[in-house]
Amino acid sequence: MAISKAEVVKVAHLARLAIPEDRLEGYTHTISDILDLVAQMNAVNTDDVLPLLNPLDATQLLRADAVTETNLRELYQSVAPRVEDGLYLVPKVIE
Amino acid sequence: MTVATQGDLSTLTSKELHQLIVNKDISVMELVELFLNRIKQYDPQLNAYITVVQDKARAQAIEVDNKIRSGELNHPLAGVPYALKDLFCTKGILTSCGSKMLSNFISPYDATVYDKLNQAGAVLLGKVNMDEFAMGSSNENSYYGAVANPWDLSRIPGGSSGGSAAAVAAGLAAYSLGSDTGGSVRQPASYCGISSIKPTYGRISRYGMTAYASSLDQCGPMARSAEDMALILQTISGFDVRDSTSANVPVPDYSATLNEPLTGLRIGIPKEFFADGLDADVAKVINEAVEQFKRLGATVKEVSLPNSHLSVAAYYVIAPAEASANLSRFDGVRFGHSCDAPTNLQDLYERSRWEGFGDEVKRRIVIGTYALSSGYYDAYYLKAQKIRRLIKNDFVAAFNDVDVLMGPVTPTTAFKIGEKSDDPIAMYLGDIYTLPISLAGVPAVSIPVGFSDNLPVGLQIIGDYFNEAKLLNVAHSYQQVTDWHRQSPSQFTGA
Repeated sequence: MAISKAEVVKVAHLARLAIPEDRLEGYTHTISDILDLVAQMNAVNTDDVLPLLNPLDATQLLRADAVTETNLRELYQSVAPRVEDGLYLVPKVIE
Repeated sequence: MTVATQGDLSTLTSKELHQLIVNKDISVMELVELFLNRIKQYDPQLNAYITVVQDKARAQAIEVDNKIRSGELNHPLAGVPYALKDLFCTKGILTSCGSKMLSNFISPYDATVYDKLNQAGAVLLGKVNMDEFAMGSSNENSYYGAVANPWDLSRIPGGSSGGSAAAVAAGLAAYSLGSDTGGSVRQPASYCGISSIKPTYGRISRYGMTAYASSLDQCGPMARSAEDMALILQTISGFDVRDSTSANVPVPDYSATLNEPLTGLRIGIPKEFFADGLDADVAKVINEAVEQFKRLGATVKEVSLPNSHLSVAAYYVIAPAEASANLSRFDGVRFGHSCDAPTNLQDLYERSRWEGFGDEVKRRIVIGTYALSSGYYDAYYLKAQKIRRLIKNDFVAAFNDVDVLMGPVTPTTAFKIGEKSDDPIAMYLGDIYTLPISLAGVPAVSIPVGFSDNLPVGLQIIGDYFNEAKLLNVAHSYQQVTDWHRQSPSQFTGA
């Protein structure tokens, strides 16, 4: 296997996904298969090749540092699960 | 001229429908009602639509009818009813991305493409089904269920823009917008016998098009003809200050060059696209299509894309890596699915995400997170980006010798629903002919060129950067001397 169950648990935690114990075997198996497929890349020497970050080799565009948008907090919070007084509600973080 | 039967109208191109409106043979309202009735009658067999916006469509029809009558609106798409893949944000309308995660998400703003189509007077019929967050090749990865292929209801329509392809093929919309990250408009268009174009990366604004893999995603029109695609592409292309990756490159008049003769056109046939794995009957149909181009005056030579076989490997690092970053926004706090009674913040994140995402999305998030994690970045993401450069260089070299490349879109015709749903690797390998184009960022069209066992076969025509006009010219020339693009599944034609 290209990846162990313990590594899958660790990576899933980094991705904030709680994989239930009974699904772990299946996930580990499929992810291993995908990593095996991806390993084809290792057959190619790419030492002198520049990575391609953007297909047009374009760099990040910058705009003038000017205010162009208005505050739409209420509109954007209208789709939030829990809001109060303009604030998003989450479980208590600090005791 | 009398108005034809409903079935006949639903098989007309957008250009023809607009002409009927201009000639006052039919009103926009009548046309909208016709499509709404067809959706009601036929969609239960297909499951192409997630949301039908009948009230909005009727209100828009009244407005557009008035504006056309007063001369205020004369856009060539005015009054023509269409559908949007359910990842384009539409204010006040569910934008689910085919996911439980966004099954309660009413977008607070409009995507730029939707805004542009509204200004043109195009009438939105509804939002169509898709693989969850555009991850899939069969439309089976949708929270809203699989979609059937109108040519054979036991088969998949392709993905991820499966609802878009099925809706257009069955005459439940005149055209649709999909999105293409690794083949997601070209492959379903091929399986469903319609035309599609994945433009050059950056050609169309992605503002309001939910991100999957940001260095690959591009919006793509799906329609009945190359002529229609020219009109749609014209309407939605161009630089957008709201999408910093949109290209500041002038948009040519795509319709103006549709009829240029193909005499002297140099076609390259990538030999790697005809190697083992390509179904013999599909190969035969593709070769016949290439012969047709010879008769139109083109010359054909074999070329090589020697690194294209590495596309699947590179894509399944780059796309999941970028997806894992893009999908980190779903936290159960600001929008989307939120789990019940979280015990703490971590539980809120982890359970909301586990419950909200489907299996394929979660697999790709884990793969992507792994590829980007400390100690693995160079071996996976950086390596894949280097391979991507090699793949791009293959195309750059090929276009020194030829004007366009031609080959199949897929190795086979549409497969059965359920056939590959337990085997992600088999599903991934089916994208072998579309992924290289996506990684290079060049444009490609997919047009129907025949059938194998009564299932449509698509030809892929690939062009150099920002040369969409040439691709549309080539596709249109073929469609002037053939009628594959005018064929419709008999089950869905008629009133």
